[in-house]
Amino acid sequence: MPFIPHTEQDIADMLEAIGADSIDDLFDEIPESLRIDGLDGVPKPMNEMAVTRLMHERAAKDANALSFIGAGAYEHHIPAAVWQLTTRGEFYSAYTPYQAEASQGTLQVIYEFQSMIASMTGMDASNASLYDGASAVAEAALMAVRANRKSKSRRVVFAGGTNRTYQKVAEAIAGTQGLRFEESGFDRKTGRAELSTLVDGDEPPVAVVISQPNFFGCVEAVDELTDAAHAAGALVIAVVNPTALALLKPPGEWGEQGADIVCGEGQPLGVPLSSGGPYFGFMTTRQSFVRQLPGRIVGRTKDLDGKSGFTLTLQAREQHIRRSKATSNICTNQGLMVTAATMYLSLLGEQGLARVAAASHSQTRQLTEALCTVPGVTRRFDAPAFHETVLQLDRPVGPVLEALAERDLLGGLDLSQIYPELGHCLLICATETKTDEDIQRYRDELARVMGASTTLRDAG
Amino acid sequence: MTSKLIFEKSREGRFATAQAPLESLDALLEGSDLPSEQRRTQPTVLPEVSELEVVRHYTRLSQKNFSIDTHFYPLGSCTMKYNPRACNSLAMLPGFLARHPLGPESHGQGFLECMFELQEMLKSVTGMSGVSLTPMAGAQGELTGVAMIRAYHRNRGDLARNEILVPDAAHGTNPATATMCGCKVVELPTDSEGDVDIDALKAAVGPNTAGIMLTNPSTLGVFERKIKEIAAIVHEAGGLLYYDGANLNAILGKCRPGDMGFDVIHMNLHKTFSTPHGGGGPGSGAVGVAKRLEPFMPIPVVGKNDDGYHWLSEADLPLSIGRLSGFMGNAGVLLRAYIYMRMLGDDGMRRVGEFATLNANYLMARLSDAGFDLAFENRRASHEFIITMKRTAREHHVTAMDIAKALLDEGFHAPTTYFPLLVPECLLIEPTETENKETLDEFVAAMIRIAERAERDAQAIHAAPVTLPVRRLDDVQAARQLDIVWTGSEDAAA
Repeated sequence: MPFIPHTEQDIADMLEAIGADSIDDLFDEIPESLRIDGLDGVPKPMNEMAVTRLMHERAAKDANALSFIGAGAYEHHIPAAVWQLTTRGEFYSAYTPYQAEASQGTLQVIYEFQSMIASMTGMDASNASLYDGASAVAEAALMAVRANRKSKSRRVVFAGGTNRTYQKVAEAIAGTQGLRFEESGFDRKTGRAELSTLVDGDEPPVAVVISQPNFFGCVEAVDELTDAAHAAGALVIAVVNPTALALLKPPGEWGEQGADIVCGEGQPLGVPLSSGGPYFGFMTTRQSFVRQLPGRIVGRTKDLDGKSGFTLTLQAREQHIRRSKATSNICTNQGLMVTAATMYLSLLGEQGLARVAAASHSQTRQLTEALCTVPGVTRRFDAPAFHETVLQLDRPVGPVLEALAERDLLGGLDLSQIYPELGHCLLICATETKTDEDIQRYRDELARVMGASTTLRDAG
Repeated sequence: MTSKLIFEKSREGRFATAQAPLESLDALLEGSDLPSEQRRTQPTVLPEVSELEVVRHYTRLSQKNFSIDTHFYPLGSCTMKYNPRACNSLAMLPGFLARHPLGPESHGQGFLECMFELQEMLKSVTGMSGVSLTPMAGAQGELTGVAMIRAYHRNRGDLARNEILVPDAAHGTNPATATMCGCKVVELPTDSEGDVDIDALKAAVGPNTAGIMLTNPSTLGVFERKIKEIAAIVHEAGGLLYYDGANLNAILGKCRPGDMGFDVIHMNLHKTFSTPHGGGGPGSGAVGVAKRLEPFMPIPVVGKNDDGYHWLSEADLPLSIGRLSGFMGNAGVLLRAYIYMRMLGDDGMRRVGEFATLNANYLMARLSDAGFDLAFENRRASHEFIITMKRTAREHHVTAMDIAKALLDEGFHAPTTYFPLLVPECLLIEPTETENKETLDEFVAAMIRIAERAERDAQAIHAAPVTLPVRRLDDVQAARQLDIVWTGSEDAAA
């Protein structure tokens, strides 16, 4: 019996202690008519050897592509130590640290994580993480409504060029509580959010979401956007790429007053792409809003002997105490992913992370230049880019990507579904994992697919 | 063991050079067009340490944790069963890890096939007609479920239904979720035997009833015997039934929420299907629905046609409540659950419910014989049960929390304490099916030792734990003198 250790003798002894004749007797409170006899839709058991073979076969079907897709999830090198340590049973198979004395390892890791992410974003306080970047934006919008007491509005504006999936997720999670989400315009030439339409509309928004870099990879003029939002009485929710924070100004320093809530997708910090999850969302804020944060928070305190230790704190905000009046229904964080991220950030440090960011930035610039040598390919926006850019093609993007995929090259994300107003646009990304040869290969394959007859070896 | 922070081990100029690009930052930024006014000028607190220091620091921290791999962990309502190692190593095969979530379906058939089959298996074990895997935790699964109920009523033009009935024994997430969905919470009392008070239910339902949220077996560790009657009352009133799958382990392979009359269910894959708890996540809260709620399922869902496996999204499910994550939820967690279910198979699945129940009833019988007070002594245990320390608290001033801390010194993780809220001084104990009889017997022996000590020397129990890296922590100071990010001081604020 897989993972069930009972011997026949154990079963007999245990039933005797209970005073039952059979295991089936233990289910005698369940009405007879509800009991089932077998599960038709579940296959026969497999042992570990058989399931290993099956999973190797399945994984092999998905392997071997060279990918230039970003769009919210990024391929970075992950040090071997990160997941070897993260999957130690003591981290992997522990639960939420309710018994603080028996969970100091997990608690200290989270405290260190909170410290790192608060410092990187330039904010005072952090929670222990949320599910992912998109749901963190939804929670940030709900938090902004609680925190912005001067505003009666439930209108939240996403600056044009912010990931549209994030807006969809915010609508699904927070829309039922009466929040309205709208997108302001973006400049068709630069790819940046338009300042002039940011706080337009029927009522001043309660919050404005500003991303850095934005979904197109463009570096935004965050100071002007932040000041405009604050001038309109809105709180500023910054959505940032954590790798980019090694090079770019932290949201705490945006504009005159800084952003109010900062969140984003933590995946680039040591978490594998893995088909979309598990990732983690991070969230930081200023001191005055700390009691409005959703999710777990770890604090440092003293034990009976005066020794430093760590514990979950500010639990009075949470669902298991406040029930229907809690700040959120959330109870888990993404503890294990945060454990990985904390180790990743410790291994790279500020210098290493800055190099990763700069190498990604530099390879994307090279990639963009190389692909723009292919006839029919131009750069769509002229704002500086971090590690993604949008290319304009002279034909529909879908068939081009399909042809590239047949050669095991994943060329980026077709934007025509998400941004039909942009025409034939392709979002590309290169990180530090892409070599000059990889870039040359993409350029050559694209030239071939798009019908150019010669390969320009000197173009990269 | 001192617990220096990683920051306190930092030395300027040190870092794990093997892990970063070899070129210097200046060389990498040559020719960059990043505007200077957007550049970072302030340093971060990120530590400057070697790879060995990182490995040693976090290995040592891990050793300060209790975990399933190191300790019996009978935390009620959390189903801390063994997490098979194969589930982890196979979910981390390079082909799965490297796959970008927006990669084409042609380059994800292996993953999508696993997800499609997982959906099918979950339908079978729950008796539901559709499954969506996207919710990222139990609480998000709950949010999904209530949002679907709301969307269903609205789609029929029935806008009055905004009340969600929740028994007083429910998890805190239930009322919190109902509020997040813009619904009003109506609390239902429990009768003396642990079942929902049927008269109160009859009085509570009406034209405003959107639905009821139930956990069955309930958080009181007993099976809700009148479930079919409850289903009939709520359905007749026009409401829907929501099943909180927190306790699904108890009935796995024995009976199914779909057959009980539930319209929507969330499953905690990190409980019943043995994906790791990871120190508080990631979880996974897949949802199952009856036919009438299928159009409202969150997207994406995996479909299958002649060309293979593919995503169903907005165009396929136009009435969907939408997207809950940036991509498709906690895919790697779902893979672990899939591998676990394939290993168990139909036979193994049935045995989970049986042996989880056997272990709980055995432990309950042994503790009762040893003189501990059961919360519901006339009932069978499900996969968990409650003892109340009310008597010990009154007679010896030793509380459930004191017992919990004393258990830590005995080398056992504590059961869930002070939940459910309606049983005073309670310990909610869930042994799970993967523990052997010897471990359960050792736990009983430890409980007896603690109880005897409580009578003789209550002070000693109040002082527990004494064998762990820290003693009891000052939660009041933690909340009042908030120290949640390191700013350079060696100690917590005094």
